[in-house]
Amino acid sequence: MMIKTLLEIVQLMALVLVVLTPFLRLRWLGFTAIFTITAQVVICSVLAFHVFSNGLFEHTYTGTFTTGPIAIRIDYLSAWFILVISFTFLTGAWYGIQYLKKYQGEATLMKIHAAAYIIVYTSLIDICVVQNSIVFLVVWEIMALGSFMLVIFEHYKRETIKAGINFLIQSHVAIVFLTMAFLWVKVKTGSYDFAVITEYTTVYPIFGTGIFLVFFVGFGIKAGFVPFHTWLPVAHPAAPAHISGIMSGVIIKIGIYGILRMLTLVEANFTFLGYFMLFISILTGLYGVMLAIVQHNLKRLLAYHSIENIGIIGIGIGLGCLGIGTTQPWMIVTGFGGALLHTLNHSLFKSLLFFSAGTVYQITHTMNIEALGGLIKKMPRTAILFLTGAVAICGLPPFNGFVSEFMIFTGLYKGLLSNQFGSTIILLFSILALVLIGGLAMICFTKAFGIVFLGTGRSDLPVETNPEKPLHVWPLYAIGFMMLLIGIFPFLFSPYLEKTIGLFRFNTPINAADILAPGMDFLTIIGLYSAILVAMGAILYIVRNSIGSRRNSPDCTWGCGYVGTSTKLQYSASSFVRTYRKLFEAILMIHKKKTMAFGLYPKTIEQTTHAYDKIEYVVIDKPIKMFRGFLNRFVFLQNGNVQYYVLYGFIFISIAILLPLLINRILHVLQILKNI
Amino acid sequence: MVSFILILFTSIFFVGLVIRTKSMMSGRKGPGILQPMKDIIRLWKKGAVYSHTTSIIFQIAPSIYIASILMAILMIPHGNLPGIISFNGDFVMFAYVLALGKFLMIISALDTGSSFEGMGASREALFSMLVEPAFFIIMGSFALFTGHTSFYEIFNALNYGPYITYLLGLLATFVLVFIAMIENSRMPIDDPKTHLELTMIHEVMILDNSGFDLGLILFGTNLKFAMYGALITNFFIGAIPLHISIPMFFGIQFCFAVVVGLIESFMARFRMSHNPQFIFILTSVSLLIFFGVLLVLGKFI
Repeated sequence: MMIKTLLEIVQLMALVLVVLTPFLRLRWLGFTAIFTITAQVVICSVLAFHVFSNGLFEHTYTGTFTTGPIAIRIDYLSAWFILVISFTFLTGAWYGIQYLKKYQGEATLMKIHAAAYIIVYTSLIDICVVQNSIVFLVVWEIMALGSFMLVIFEHYKRETIKAGINFLIQSHVAIVFLTMAFLWVKVKTGSYDFAVITEYTTVYPIFGTGIFLVFFVGFGIKAGFVPFHTWLPVAHPAAPAHISGIMSGVIIKIGIYGILRMLTLVEANFTFLGYFMLFISILTGLYGVMLAIVQHNLKRLLAYHSIENIGIIGIGIGLGCLGIGTTQPWMIVTGFGGALLHTLNHSLFKSLLFFSAGTVYQITHTMNIEALGGLIKKMPRTAILFLTGAVAICGLPPFNGFVSEFMIFTGLYKGLLSNQFGSTIILLFSILALVLIGGLAMICFTKAFGIVFLGTGRSDLPVETNPEKPLHVWPLYAIGFMMLLIGIFPFLFSPYLEKTIGLFRFNTPINAADILAPGMDFLTIIGLYSAILVAMGAILYIVRNSIGSRRNSPDCTWGCGYVGTSTKLQYSASSFVRTYRKLFEAILMIHKKKTMAFGLYPKTIEQTTHAYDKIEYVVIDKPIKMFRGFLNRFVFLQNGNVQYYVLYGFIFISIAILLPLLINRILHVLQILKNI
Repeated sequence: MVSFILILFTSIFFVGLVIRTKSMMSGRKGPGILQPMKDIIRLWKKGAVYSHTTSIIFQIAPSIYIASILMAILMIPHGNLPGIISFNGDFVMFAYVLALGKFLMIISALDTGSSFEGMGASREALFSMLVEPAFFIIMGSFALFTGHTSFYEIFNALNYGPYITYLLGLLATFVLVFIAMIENSRMPIDDPKTHLELTMIHEVMILDNSGFDLGLILFGTNLKFAMYGALITNFFIGAIPLHISIPMFFGIQFCFAVVVGLIESFMARFRMSHNPQFIFILTSVSLLIFFGVLLVLGKFI
């Protein structure tokens, strides 16, 4: 009962805040919003931990005639995601309140923003707990609209509104697919409850696979699986930094939640699903990071990295599915465990990266990597935090990214040892993909960090004084601390992980917990070794400082004897990735403009490269262009003459009236024919 | 523990041996095999020059680089004696720990704001990315072959296997030798002795390092060579008692050093744009090993 009350309080708080917002003065608005979100997060965390210690919570509201009984179920999976969402929303709110100080003049915008923030948080929590199709769709829609409002904060910019509408449309395409899948179940079973999905698919496992695929498209658009990813790199840069962090950190993860939820429910051909998920995820991961490297907008680069990380999570899920299909418990544990942990990890380091990119934006007013440089001297804290995120996202020890990638790697290698040729091959390619993703991510983040924060400034940018106030930075430190905690003490999280993995079907007589407990030991081990690595680095550094630095002298960077300072001598981001770009030219789509120098006194020459998304071109742009071309043939109908429009109206009405009559006639004739 | 001490010991004279081989091949007497180590010790005693442009990253990177290599060495077993660190999937951590060192070296090169070092960093990042799949596939193949997933267990099981393992071991040795050459930026990929910065990879990344830091980085190269040598050794020494396996260890390290010297003497450096193709060969060979293993195990459909 306590949980039910808490859940209702959370909803009520959101409602009260949304109603109050228009009447609050701006000064109070920030305070109230922060207070509300913090209180909501605290309540939700209590709720989630309560579920983790006391087991599944279930409650059914009576509902209405349309919805039927509304089931609320909070199991470990919901609790895990509630915790992930809550942490990022908390840090996002605290960071955002500082970030938005610049926009104090626009009171209406701020009010809408605050209200939308609370609405999105509440609806995300609801999505995790509601298990009734109609209510789920309604909440999902609220979430989609809310996040649309969040994205178009700076609606007066053309780019932003364009990105926002793109996002809105694609969210609704996702909803169409979800509705289709839910209707399928409803028509076949007559109930909106999620539990019937299991009942229905147990009888017809082949439909289970089909239903899952439809769900996958719906949730996959939200999560950003290739080829449904095209909204993501547009929407993230358009939103304010704290919103980008939240979108990338948790809003796209709700798609992953959906996929995992369906996997706990449907009964299907899991081997096939495993192959399918692995294939899509390999594609997603590789494609995401390949495009990330050539981006020159820092936030866009990070957005493409979200796609890559969704790929890694997907590889985990695929591994788990394959484990269910071939009854190998170890693969289920490492696959789903890795996916769940990577979901948490990615929400941490990606929000950290976006928040620190936001700080860079606030100070320099640009996100163009080529224009930045040498920021580590002006904003050392942000630089170190960004570096932390960068190391973690590359999956390097001692941070959290390594733990989850290691977990997936272990599963993949164990899976290799299985006896099926097909699974051996696909797992080999998954290993290959994961390794390549790691290596490519390293290129990408050495570029991002190296060019933005190191060296010297590449252009004259307005730099504001004292950019890093403690209030501004503490949420980032909190995230960094969490990341290190997971990296070095992963076993603190393994009990929760164990319980959550236990939800997935182990079609074995063995008790899930028996496999899980020893399976989690390696988490302790790698945490310990990461700690040893850190200690060794620290000791060596201390030794170096005590021995080496007696006669150190500063000078300028060696430049073949050239001692002047010129920022133009530095390597730029495009030149850093040039060799890579040449190598993968076939996959990338890069528009290049170049003016040549000619004549005795050549004018300024310039070269611009612009990377475009090839899949977006093929899947979105081209069909739309063709569709538009098709529709253009009917443009004569819209000729602006009122008389014609009256005629259309008349034609429409006559058809509307005549059609049933006509059909009746035809049926009648058919009847006669039959009688003959 | 045994392997850790042996590797540290080998690292003292490994590069000296390579240089000695090269000198003899070009008809010179060459320096003593301890000369590179003496140079490093001399560097450790010297003061350093730091660029105004650099930040803390430039200062901590070499230490972490060495720490990462030492950490990786801790995982390498010796015959039937496990490394100090040994657990399931340790080779994944091995590669990732090394990658951490590389990450920091790359950003420390970018920290100097020099275009030479940026160029080196760019190439290092790309080539080390391309070379990683080969290592992971080799370890995957042997994991599949032996049914284990840690360095120690794989090597232990490998040496009790049929004779075909030695053939696979030979192929793997080929790949590992070249991985070592690439990781240490040696001849067919990179020429550390060239006079032109534009054609270097690793050496150009560390142009601005000096004094103690430079010593650390050079020592890192020695350690890495000895580490890969130890890895290769493990393909051939099994449960032999220590008094035979230790001489064998040094024998194989010696051969490895001589081979490196020979390759450096008789091969020219590839054009920079051809390097990726060469590295892809390694991945293909390791895929060959993988399919070989599948064939041996009869897992092909």
